[in-house]
Amino acid sequence: MTKHASSSAKAYSRRSFLTRSGLVGCSLAASPLLTPVSFAAAPWDSRLVVIILRGGMDALDVVQPYGDPAYAGLRSSLLGGPQNGALDLDGYFALHPALAPLMPLWQAQQLGFVHAVSTPYRNKRSHFDGQDLLEAGTPGLHERRDGWLNRLLQVTPGVEARTAFAIGQGDMKLLQGSAPVSDWSPDAQIALSPQAERLAGLMMEQDPLFHAALGEALDLARDARDNAANAARRGKRSRPHQRIADYAATQLRGDTRIAAFSINGWDTHNRQTGALTRALGRLSDTILTLKAGLGAGIWDKTAVVAMTEFGRTARENGTGGTDHGTGGAMVLAGGAIRGGRVHGHWPGLDEAALFDRRDLMPTGDVRAQVGWIMRGMIGVRHQDIANVIFPGVEMTTDPGLLRL
Amino acid sequence: MAFDPQLAEIRFGCGLSPSHVPMRDATAMLNGLLKVDQAAQDWPIPGFDGVFADARAYSAARRARKQAVDTPQFAARDKALNQQRALMRDHQADWFIQRLLRCVTTPDGFRERVTLFWADHFTAQGKIAALRYGATPYVETAVRPNIAARFEDLLIAAVTNPLMLHYLDQHRSTGPNSRRAKRLASRRGLEVGLNENLAREVLELHTLGVDGPYTQQDVRQLAELFTGMTYNLKDGFRFSSGHAEPGPETVMGQSYGGDDAGFEAIQDALRDLARHPATASHLAYKLAVHFTSDTPDPDLVAHLTARYRETSGDLMQVYAALLEHPAAWVFELRNVKPPFAYLASACRALGVPAAALRGLNRKQVHRLFLRPMQRMGQRWEFSNGPDGWSEADGDWITPQALAERMRWCMAVPARLMERLPAPLAMLETALGTRSNAQLRFVATAAETEREAVGLILASPTFQRR
Repeated sequence: MTKHASSSAKAYSRRSFLTRSGLVGCSLAASPLLTPVSFAAAPWDSRLVVIILRGGMDALDVVQPYGDPAYAGLRSSLLGGPQNGALDLDGYFALHPALAPLMPLWQAQQLGFVHAVSTPYRNKRSHFDGQDLLEAGTPGLHERRDGWLNRLLQVTPGVEARTAFAIGQGDMKLLQGSAPVSDWSPDAQIALSPQAERLAGLMMEQDPLFHAALGEALDLARDARDNAANAARRGKRSRPHQRIADYAATQLRGDTRIAAFSINGWDTHNRQTGALTRALGRLSDTILTLKAGLGAGIWDKTAVVAMTEFGRTARENGTGGTDHGTGGAMVLAGGAIRGGRVHGHWPGLDEAALFDRRDLMPTGDVRAQVGWIMRGMIGVRHQDIANVIFPGVEMTTDPGLLRL
Repeated sequence: MAFDPQLAEIRFGCGLSPSHVPMRDATAMLNGLLKVDQAAQDWPIPGFDGVFADARAYSAARRARKQAVDTPQFAARDKALNQQRALMRDHQADWFIQRLLRCVTTPDGFRERVTLFWADHFTAQGKIAALRYGATPYVETAVRPNIAARFEDLLIAAVTNPLMLHYLDQHRSTGPNSRRAKRLASRRGLEVGLNENLAREVLELHTLGVDGPYTQQDVRQLAELFTGMTYNLKDGFRFSSGHAEPGPETVMGQSYGGDDAGFEAIQDALRDLARHPATASHLAYKLAVHFTSDTPDPDLVAHLTARYRETSGDLMQVYAALLEHPAAWVFELRNVKPPFAYLASACRALGVPAAALRGLNRKQVHRLFLRPMQRMGQRWEFSNGPDGWSEADGDWITPQALAERMRWCMAVPARLMERLPAPLAMLETALGTRSNAQLRFVATAAETEREAVGLILASPTFQRR
């Protein structure tokens, strides 16, 4: 059986890096966390951004299979395709109009999709369990309490706290575990007057845990403030998802190699058109903000991987929406991605081809797709992917998601 | 090192308060648990039936709305469903404030602390909208009344509560050879089977511990034994023999049940697991970590283990063993308070009037407490897994979480009180003999009273217990 998270392992969770990085007991003055920071260079050079699309994105409305003869019969108010304003991708699939700002990326082959994929989660359709499984990366629920992105760090030498960054205020379970990671939200504030800041520092001097966290918080808050000020100078509107993307880009320009955050709002049971347009707008903004923030040099070695806990029903429901389903899609972007194509094996939408006669049939495992991406970008060993990161995942043939 | 009244309130209670004299001795603290639960009477929270009433209303509203799709009634029913959701969110905020008020106003802080400890040990959460806010009423029904009982009573109450069955998927588990499985297979071609989740967590988290002496075979057998435990929104918990796997099961070398065995066999197995020596060690360690330090004194752990074993898990005896051991009274404050306990102790030290907390509406509860707590790393009623909240100090004092604690300290007390207490007096109230010259300097050197109060609450001394 899998025994997980023993109490000692639990004590080393993501937030404890400060206490484990040799700070306790060593001279505080020498601590890298309390002085202008200079971290060791990361062990690899490519950048991976993982975005969790919480709520269950409707793959059939994002990458619309208008060439499938059964498609039109399943959707009425949600019928897409080029004749309804969607952007043709390849003569078979069309892109939801809210992603129009990403079309130049598609044309540059820096935007792609993997269709009809899912986690091993089947037939239960709870966001809660679906997201847990997506972030745990295991074949079944409750098999591990750490996340797959943290396990990637566990098997990769040379990882520092700044190598991977969880950004924003939600919990990113996929980054939780025994490997050190950083987290910060660009909206977090410390809001101390200079005098209060001095007094707080004085008060915490004798307590290494608090002193180190305060020093790091002040640094991060200062960076985030500068970042926001720069963005404002460049005349950027600043909405929360853009601040997160901008902050991620700033970190990834430095020593950070992995950034993870969420975009919510994909649970579209009613009036999907409006809700999905808004959510896709956030996704599109996020990708473009990342691209701008990273600059061409880093964007070229970046893979942005957006995925969701499950897809939605193939058939539109009675309230202009869709309900929880199974097969979904991944959105891939970045210069490292082999874009300009819809990857995956299209199962078709005939009723007999649907999962449970209801949902898009998953023909691929999101874990295998990500496994190949990690292998190509970071050089993780095949056996580490299959034994540790995504236990039991089957990675038979390389789906060719990377340009490399 | 022996009983110290101020330390007792800080380490084993909800913190010092201007309104209460600390408990005199350990006997008084322990006796508090045997008296009437005054805090629960003062600040009532409905039991789990209350959540079922909400859940039934929610399901009915959702059904009604679904039936009205494409009819003129849809808009009204959509509105009714939204109102039901809003009502449930109001309940959640209201129950949160009641739990906070119990910690802020009680003279018997130990009761609140052991309740929080066992609530976390038996973490259960609502995974569907209808049960989303069930955790607090679950604690009220399954945990709080049993904190001074034997551990086995607490175990049975928690493990058989519908919220636990729901959270750990027990209600889906069906014996592969049960009447239900056979019926579904022959009539509808459906295959249903075991779900091991609850059985595994009972062994790994609730009783023997992750390094306990059980095997996968024990998990499997316990899962088979557990089949039949289910619930529905109408009746709550029920044992359904149609789900139950026939035949006896062997767990930890002991055989339970038989062909017509029911719920009693499950209770027997849970009692035996509760009395297992490995359970004693596991719980003794957890208690020592929670109340003293991330690296507890081994002698304290051994002392608690021995008392648990001698008394077959009589929790009052185990608490007595905890309070009598010198390691429980080391002067230095170690454990970092988790966010809820931290904010509660802050309100308590400030002497925030109960009426100010009672008067908050849902939005204010979110703005002043629930969202800050989430940013401090503790999303109310939703820990990251069935193992509950972390005990590791470093998990709570991250840069982001500490920043949020400091932001809260500087901003929120002034929102809750018309007049903040005088900083130096408040320092003595909040920390008593743990106050020191440096803290007094900080309290007087701050530029404003608001910052002085904030800094006292932000001091590592106040954040630890």
